[in-house]
Amino acid sequence: MKLDYYPLGDTGIQLVFGTEISEETNQKIRMFANELAQHPIDGVVEWVPAYTTLTIYYLPNKISFKALKEKLEALDEQQHGREADAASLVYIIPTYYGGSDLAYVAEHNGLSEEDVISIHANKDYLIYMMGFVPGFPYLGGMPEEIATPRRENPRAEIEPGSVGIAGAQTGVYPLESPGGWQLIGQTPVKLYDPTGERPILLESGHYLRFVPISKEEFLTIKEAIKRGEYEVETEEKKVSVHEVG
Amino acid sequence: MSKPIFKVRKSGLLSTIQDSGRKGYQQYGIVVSGAMDPFSMNVANFLVGNKGDEAVLEITVMGPAFDVLDDAVIAICGGDLSPKVNGEKAPMWKSFTVKEGDRLEFGQPLSGARSYISVAGGYEVPLVMGSKSTYLKAGIGGIEGRALVKGDVLQTSGKIKGISGRALHPDEVPSYKKELTVRVVLGPHQHAFTEEGIDTFLSTPYEVTPQSDRMGFRLKGEKVEHATSADIISEAIPLGGIQVPANGDPIILMSDRQTTGGYSRIATVISSDIPYLAQAMPGCTIHFREVTVEQAQEVFETNDRFLRTLEKVSVR
Repeated sequence: MKLDYYPLGDTGIQLVFGTEISEETNQKIRMFANELAQHPIDGVVEWVPAYTTLTIYYLPNKISFKALKEKLEALDEQQHGREADAASLVYIIPTYYGGSDLAYVAEHNGLSEEDVISIHANKDYLIYMMGFVPGFPYLGGMPEEIATPRRENPRAEIEPGSVGIAGAQTGVYPLESPGGWQLIGQTPVKLYDPTGERPILLESGHYLRFVPISKEEFLTIKEAIKRGEYEVETEEKKVSVHEVG
Repeated sequence: MSKPIFKVRKSGLLSTIQDSGRKGYQQYGIVVSGAMDPFSMNVANFLVGNKGDEAVLEITVMGPAFDVLDDAVIAICGGDLSPKVNGEKAPMWKSFTVKEGDRLEFGQPLSGARSYISVAGGYEVPLVMGSKSTYLKAGIGGIEGRALVKGDVLQTSGKIKGISGRALHPDEVPSYKKELTVRVVLGPHQHAFTEEGIDTFLSTPYEVTPQSDRMGFRLKGEKVEHATSADIISEAIPLGGIQVPANGDPIILMSDRQTTGGYSRIATVISSDIPYLAQAMPGCTIHFREVTVEQAQEVFETNDRFLRTLEKVSVR
C-alpha cells in the first residue's frame, strides 16, 4: 500500500500509514522512523509517530515540500517487502498494586482484586504513541475483562507513577496532574525526569510490562532511584509484521 | 561573568523567558513552547548582537516593571506596550543602553499583544531539554518553570557587550492591525468537512475571543460544518494547525499546544504569518486565505533571506 502525504503548512508533512489502529501499522511507522533516525535527511528537525501517522517537521530553507516528499517516497519504496527485523524493547515497570480504586475495578467487573492484578500484570502492552502530557504512553492491548469507566469525580491531584484504567485503556501518569482514571497501582519508576539525563523513559513502538511488587519492594526501589542506583530493566522482543498482522 | 541585570518590581500579566522552543522531544510528548512571535524574538536578539534564537523575555499586554541593576544593552521588539525608561518613552526596534538605577516599565498596550525584551548576552537560566523556554503547565524552563514574579532577579551571561543604537529599518517594522488576513494551507482533514464548511472558513471573518492564550486562539464566527465526525484518531498537531471541534468553532494551535490531538483540522497557518497572528488581541478579526505549500515556502524563503542578512550584519 502506498502512503498518503499531506502538507501541514510549510514546515510539516504528514505520512498516513493506515486508517485503523493496529499493531501492524504501528510497526510500519516505527520502522520508518528508525530509518529516518539512521539515515538523517538534511532539514528534518524531528518527527512524531502516532497511531496511524508519522508527522515530520522540517526547515523549508533546507528542503522543500516537494523534495522531501520525493525522498520519503524513495524511503518507503525501500521498505517494501521488508519485515520488521528491529527488535522491540519491553520496559519492565515494577508496580505495587495497592491503588485506591483497585477494589472498585474488581467489583465493577465481578472479579477479585487478585484477578484484576493477574489480568493487568505480566502482559506486554504496545506503546502506540506518546503525548497528552510529557512522557505519557498510549498503551494498547488491555483485556476488556478489566475495563472500567472513568471516575465520576476526577481527582484534583494524582501522584506521578500512578497506574490507572480509563475505559478500555490503561496508562501511567508521568507527572502530578488532575485526572479521572481508576487508580489500581503505583510504580516507583520515573517516566518523566525533566532535568535527568534521560528526560523521558519510554518510546513509542516499544512495549511496557507491569510486574507486581510488594510495598517493601516499592519503597526499596524508590530509595534506590533517589540515590541514582536503579535502572529500569528492558527485555528484547522479536516482532514481525506478519506475525502481529 | 554572569551579572544580575533586572529586578522585578511588577510582574505584568504574563512575563516568561522564551527562546525558539524545545525541539526534538515532541515524540515523547514534550510541548515545544517558545516565543509566540519568533520574528520579533529574532530581531530583538540581532539588534543587541545575540544569535536569533537566544532567550528573550516575552511580556504580554500589561507589561512588567524592572529596576535595572547593571548597565546593559537591550532591545524591545514586537507589540507596542508603551515601554518607558525613568518615565521617558523608550525606543522600540532599536538597541539602547540601560544604566544601573534606571527604571524600565511598561504602560498602555498601544498595538499588538506581546513584546520581547532581549539583552546582550542573553538571560541566564538553565537549559531544560536543550531550551530555556518556559512551559508553565509542566513547570519547566525559564525561571523555575514559572512566570516572573515580583522580586525575581534576572541574570545575563555578560558574554557579549552589545552595541546600542542599532535599529531595524522603519520600512521593515511590522504594523499590527485590528483586522488581519492570515494565509493557510488547507488540510490535512479536508474530507472531514463539507464543501460549504470549507467555503465558510475561507470567506467569512472570525473574531479572536478572550479564551485565547499561548496554547491556542479560540475563534468565534460562522460555524464550520463537518461532513463526518469532528474526531480523528489522535495524531501530531503542528504550530498553526486549525482544529475544529464538533461545535464548529475553529481553534488555532499556538506555541504551548499539546504535541498530539484528536480533532479534525481544516488547515494550517503558514509559518510566516504566525508572528502577526501572535500579536492579535481578543476582539481582532481574522480572514483566512488559501495558498499552496509552494507559495508558502516562497514566502518563507524571502523572510528567511531577510533574517539571514540581518544576522550577518549583527552577529559576530
